[in-house]
Amino acid sequence: MRISFSHYDPGLFYDEGFVSKNRARHSSKEMIKLFRKMHEDELAARQSSAELAIIEMGISFTVYTDKDGNIDRSWPFDIVPRIIPKSEWDKIESGLKQRVKALNLFIDDLYNEQNIIKDGVFPAEVLADSKNFRPECVGIKPKAGIWAHICGSDLVRDTDGTMYVLEDNLRVPSGVSYMLENREVTKQVFPELFETYAPLPVDDYPTDLHEMLTSISPRKVKRPEVVLLTPGIYNSAYFEHAYLAHQMGAELVEGRDLFVDKDECVYMRTVAGAQRVDVIYRRIDDDFIDPEVFREDSTLGVPGLMRAWKAGNVGIANAPGAGVADDKVVYAFVPDMIRYYLNEEPGIPNVPTYRCMYKKERDYVLANLEKLVVKPANESGGYGMMIGPAATKTERKTFEKLIKRNPRNYIAQPTLGISTVPTIVGKTLEPRHVDLRPFILSGKKSAITTGGLTRVAMRKGSLVVNSSQGGGSKDTWIVSDVRK
Amino acid sequence: MLSRVAESIYWAGRYIERAENTARLIRVNSYLMLDTPKGISPGWKALIPISGLNEEFKNYSNDPSERDVIKFLIGDQKNPGSILNSLKYARENFRTVREVIPRTAWQKLNTLFLYSKENVSTGLTQKGRDKYLDRIISGSQQLHGLMASVMYRDEAWHFLRIGRSIERAEMTTRIVDVRSENILTDIDESFESMSFKNIQWISILKSLSAYSIYRRRIDVRVDRSSILEFLFHDKLFPRSLAHCIASVEESVGMLANSPSPLKSLRVIENKLNKQNLEKLKLDTLHAFIDEIQLGIRRFHNALEKQYFLSPYK
Repeated sequence: MRISFSHYDPGLFYDEGFVSKNRARHSSKEMIKLFRKMHEDELAARQSSAELAIIEMGISFTVYTDKDGNIDRSWPFDIVPRIIPKSEWDKIESGLKQRVKALNLFIDDLYNEQNIIKDGVFPAEVLADSKNFRPECVGIKPKAGIWAHICGSDLVRDTDGTMYVLEDNLRVPSGVSYMLENREVTKQVFPELFETYAPLPVDDYPTDLHEMLTSISPRKVKRPEVVLLTPGIYNSAYFEHAYLAHQMGAELVEGRDLFVDKDECVYMRTVAGAQRVDVIYRRIDDDFIDPEVFREDSTLGVPGLMRAWKAGNVGIANAPGAGVADDKVVYAFVPDMIRYYLNEEPGIPNVPTYRCMYKKERDYVLANLEKLVVKPANESGGYGMMIGPAATKTERKTFEKLIKRNPRNYIAQPTLGISTVPTIVGKTLEPRHVDLRPFILSGKKSAITTGGLTRVAMRKGSLVVNSSQGGGSKDTWIVSDVRK
Repeated sequence: MLSRVAESIYWAGRYIERAENTARLIRVNSYLMLDTPKGISPGWKALIPISGLNEEFKNYSNDPSERDVIKFLIGDQKNPGSILNSLKYARENFRTVREVIPRTAWQKLNTLFLYSKENVSTGLTQKGRDKYLDRIISGSQQLHGLMASVMYRDEAWHFLRIGRSIERAEMTTRIVDVRSENILTDIDESFESMSFKNIQWISILKSLSAYSIYRRRIDVRVDRSSILEFLFHDKLFPRSLAHCIASVEESVGMLANSPSPLKSLRVIENKLNKQNLEKLKLDTLHAFIDEIQLGIRRFHNALEKQYFLSPYK
């Protein structure tokens, strides 16, 4: 049987493939046309050949289970690409660059003059309560004032089609390697669609990343030694660490491979003896990078690393302390930061966010708990959240108390109707919810991935896109609006 | 190159070679069993000491039957030297150094490991065994061929080659050591016994892929001293001890700070060159092989001390 879309119904949600039931969106027309001509077994066969390719290429992520310890799972992937017109992407791109520029100015300001507080735009008490503010970093001026060299911002599209920034990941955002591998696999699966669409290439990223990293080298040498610091093979993102190191031609190091010598420079242990390291792309959280300064029990880090960094002998990306802006209350201030530092209006809106620390906004939240999603400031992965419409009366009462007791720690947002994309379910296509994580690089120059990683919730109605919880991913295509 | 990476690559080289060697051993023994009369059949137990796994097998079974030995060597989870575990460790090592080895090599090893794991039950049947072992052997050879044709000749290549050649050298000494015991003790000079001995000598050659080369280059007849000469001293045969040690030496010579490991290699070479193989009786051959094996272990220690990452350095 040929593939039919007569049952395809996005309902109230914005669907990125269809305008309404059975009517393809302009950007997806050619792809849907191909599917309509295709036998449903053919589609299923292409999906399984992609899955086989993923197993053989060893594209995996590690999950921890109580039963088997650490296991390597194949990366879940849906072959139907998500298509975004270039005209729309251009706006997103400039909006993200603007956002990350403001975030870097903000972090640099917080660790130095703190003008934004003095000028009354950002409240001192938010800073005082911030878990990710590192007093050890006060007074430091990293090269070009950049702290968040790599930022992964999560975008979602609401029912009216508007793209919102949901959060900014400024600590150790991951996922970019899957974006690159998804493209490789899709090329094998839909060569005919590449001819029709000519999606913009994504493979500049490793080069851009390497260039950015060399630009923060403190030594002026022709080929600075750049290393990627990984917690090791059991980390969930180990595949990505190895992949990026390989693509950049950089050494993939673990903490035990490095040491700080008496000259406060960082060295790695090689077969030819100690060798100086100029730039560290660390994929380890602040807490673990230096047991002399942060967690004493960390065996993943390098004792003395902070001394070497402060002495200006090594570049670290992202800079220690950059996570201060990775906080849901701080997030609510990003539009204000953009206006304050850049004197511009935000190019991409924040999800409307009510800050419980302000009485007016708190009163609104408390009066509308059944409509809102309440989130704590410093948790991630959906921990400690309340989804109003789904919560019981008792849960709402509990959150009312929590908010009253510690208003600074809570924000609330309206529930969004996150967009859907056609996704393979068995032998047919059904709408599934997606988000988008582009990666923004900031060094001497700034660069951004073409599109980003689209994550998809594979279960019907689910909004959970995390790969550890049954989420999958898709290739993301930025395509020219005008086609031959 | 990072010390930790060098160590991982060295071990990956050893484990891949070990998996291939084990597969060869089982395969040749299967053929040997078919060629020998029941009463004097050498059985399967010799494969355990050849693989250097006496202790491990004791914990596994007290019955060196075909079934137990094969299961132990191919797919036992607890046997660190089983084919399955060798490929698993090789893969784990490759996984930690994925950024320095060719992507295609990683994929090849990954596929080979997945094959060995998914088809292990077929490998344990008499009917499926040969095909299974053939896939392991050809998979390992394809992997080596692929790496030989695409790898840059930097330290990664040399550590891989050192690992592979050292493992190969050890295996050659063990095959001769264990098999010769069986052949040399028997003083029965009857025709049946002689022809059986010949079959065993041939099986030694076959386990090392040496039979046809030996016949073409050395001797059509099977002759004990010329076989020993060939397997220990021949510089051109890739599985001879002399050749393996020379490959190791060449690669170690390309590394920085190599005097100490090189010195330990020369000790092995001197011993090897000075020994007149023709005069060796069973016990003196045994003692000679012991010395060579000790030399190999000393070389490994010197290599480790010089290049690998010790946590207390």
